Amino acid sequence: MAELQFREAIKEAIDEEMAREEKVFIMGEEVAEYNGAYKATEGLLDKYGYKRVIDTPISELGFAGIGVGAAMNGLRPIVEFMTFNFAVLAADQIINHASKAGYMTGGQISMPIVFRGPNASAGQLGATHSVAYDSMYAHFPGLKVIYTSEPDDAKGLLKSAIRDDNPVLFMESEQMYGMKGEVSDEEDYIIPIGKGKIKREGSDVTVVAHGKMYHVAKQAAAQLEKDGVEVEIIDPRTVKPLDLPLIIESIKKTNRCVVVDEAHPFAGFAAEIGFLIQREAFDYLDAPVQRVTLPDVNAPFSKPLFDAWLPSAKNVIDAVNQVTYRN
Amino acid sequence: MAKKKTDEVNFAPRGIGDEKDGAVQKGVDLPSPTKKKHKSLGLSEDDLKAMYEQMYLQRRFEERAMQQYQKGKFGGFLHLYIGQEAISTGTVYALNDDDDIITAYRDHGWGLCRGITPKEGMAELFGKAPGCSKGKGGSMHFAKTENHFWGGYGIVGGHIPIGGGLAFANKYNQNGRISATFFGDGAVDQGALHETFNIANLWKLPAIFAVENNGYSMGTAARRHTVTEIVDRAKAYGMKGKVVNGMDVFSVYEAMKEVAEDVRKNSEPYFLEIRTYRYRGHSMSDPQKYRTKEELEEYQKVDPIERLKTYLKDEKILKDSEIQEIEDKVEDEVLEAVDFADNADFPEESALYDDMFAEDDPYFHK
Ligand SMILES: Cc1ncc(C[n+]2csc(CCOP(=O)(O)OP(=O)(O)O)c2C)c(N)n1
Repeated sequence: MAELQFREAIKEAIDEEMAREEKVFIMGEEVAEYNGAYKATEGLLDKYGYKRVIDTPISELGFAGIGVGAAMNGLRPIVEFMTFNFAVLAADQIINHASKAGYMTGGQISMPIVFRGPNASAGQLGATHSVAYDSMYAHFPGLKVIYTSEPDDAKGLLKSAIRDDNPVLFMESEQMYGMKGEVSDEEDYIIPIGKGKIKREGSDVTVVAHGKMYHVAKQAAAQLEKDGVEVEIIDPRTVKPLDLPLIIESIKKTNRCVVVDEAHPFAGFAAEIGFLIQREAFDYLDAPVQRVTLPDVNAPFSKPLFDAWLPSAKNVIDAVNQVTYRN
Repeated sequence: MAKKKTDEVNFAPRGIGDEKDGAVQKGVDLPSPTKKKHKSLGLSEDDLKAMYEQMYLQRRFEERAMQQYQKGKFGGFLHLYIGQEAISTGTVYALNDDDDIITAYRDHGWGLCRGITPKEGMAELFGKAPGCSKGKGGSMHFAKTENHFWGGYGIVGGHIPIGGGLAFANKYNQNGRISATFFGDGAVDQGALHETFNIANLWKLPAIFAVENNGYSMGTAARRHTVTEIVDRAKAYGMKGKVVNGMDVFSVYEAMKEVAEDVRKNSEPYFLEIRTYRYRGHSMSDPQKYRTKEELEEYQKVDPIERLKTYLKDEKILKDSEIQEIEDKVEDEVLEAVDFADNADFPEESALYDDMFAEDDPYFHK
């Protein structure tokens, strides 16, 4: 095992896949000469040159769509967005084209493309730079959505995403690029898309949390342990396809569930999980499923407001107390 | 079929001015500044003093803001306008006070120039309740709509159509006002600009579109991110266009005055490429490896504030001591603003829900 930062794990995955397969290339704003806005592509230009590590203008729709066309025509593009907040400009290419071309042409077209970059909010960046998009993209058929919480998952899943013959949205968190974690040094380390992981075993309540929220849940679990509550944390890792059986199995054991999600509440990931649990495991529930999400409000800049806006460990503890009838 | 050698394939951007590759790179080539003196431009000595004070305020405000940021007094992004003050100042003096101005995230200078007080501005940076946007916007979202400053916007190119919309409303209401939309050179590559330019000329919107070409879009030199001279975008959409020296406040003032008159009279859009330079990194986290110190120093030699100061002295409008007085006054005002911001209250937590909807008691989905 090696200790790697998130950004290093991502770079390793890209590097290994580029070395393995000539058709893989990466493009995006500042990915080449600047070595990446968040340094996730550091050194790749030196290694692979201007043909395969490509700086683009600030033209999200244009270069995302060029990626789509290149993928149709046999290449395997990795398109980096400086954040998914800016990828909204490219949403037409992702939602209307990448996700649908194969289906509309009766399977004639394959779309092996990865769109990746930071998702959701970083510290106090204001309303246009703080939206979590995994729920939104998961709404559309034809797209796979991954939002990982640890460097090891990032490496194994990004390699899978690059090899996948479908469009994959691979989300990272700007605040997590420097976060370190043990990463497998197994040669060609692959984690299959669609497999979640029990990241903490516990018997009293299941907390489902992915991306940055996994760390919030972990904090809450450590706190709750002191009060004698054993939290099981499931990180689905892949939002879509979702490892529902893993979640259901856990609920059969704990009979209680809290979903922690970095998106807004309405029609989001947490709403979907809540529905699926009541459909699949209604008889096992001892309390209604609770969720912890952002409020139905845009991101504020001001520090105390921003802190109140983001889901916190305290919010998770409150929700756990509610489903365990401890308050 | 012959197989192409792969090492010939290269997607390195090759845009404007690339033939100069190898020579000392310059951010932008500045056109000559205007030769006119203040009287023939219609500027009084009082105007000049006020302009000097304004430019100096923008600079000191940002230098102090940078210090406070480094002290950890506030977070988020901080993009400084230092070096570009002649553009905001020349423009605001040339336009009517009720003409509409909108800009991107490098917005502090614009806000101050359009009447956001240093206190309101600094409090906004600190995320405090008396900030111009109640602490909800931060550095990238200064606004003062009562003064027709519609704010700073964080999505590159996103506000260009909105600037067109401000002009649309003015034409609709036949109120004689025009709009002026400012953006960086990076934004000219966005589809939003092209769609807006086409519609603006189709519908003859009374709008000025102005790129503040400071040579760089984050770490990418303009010559690497965009093809053909930027001002030529105007031709493609049948718009008038010209290049302006943005390091000289008189040149900006002169051009803006003429262009505003044209736009107002003919009700049609106009595109300006205003060439300038930013002295600081793109934001506070930028190590600036993409440019040389020599290049920066070249532009600092034509600093807009120094330039006006020299003019004021050469023309015997102000003595050294009078200039010093202005600078001291500004420095005090900025320090007061820092104190004010530091001591002001943060918004109440309940303010999180304010301003989301027009209703006093709006519905929120829980
Ligand atoms: C749509 C979008 N893409 C990317 C970004 C990230 N970004 C912010 S500023 C910037 C550079 C813009 O440069 P320019 O337009 O020249 O303005 P300047 O910073 O020079 O004022 C980039 C890439 C963004 N904010 N919005």
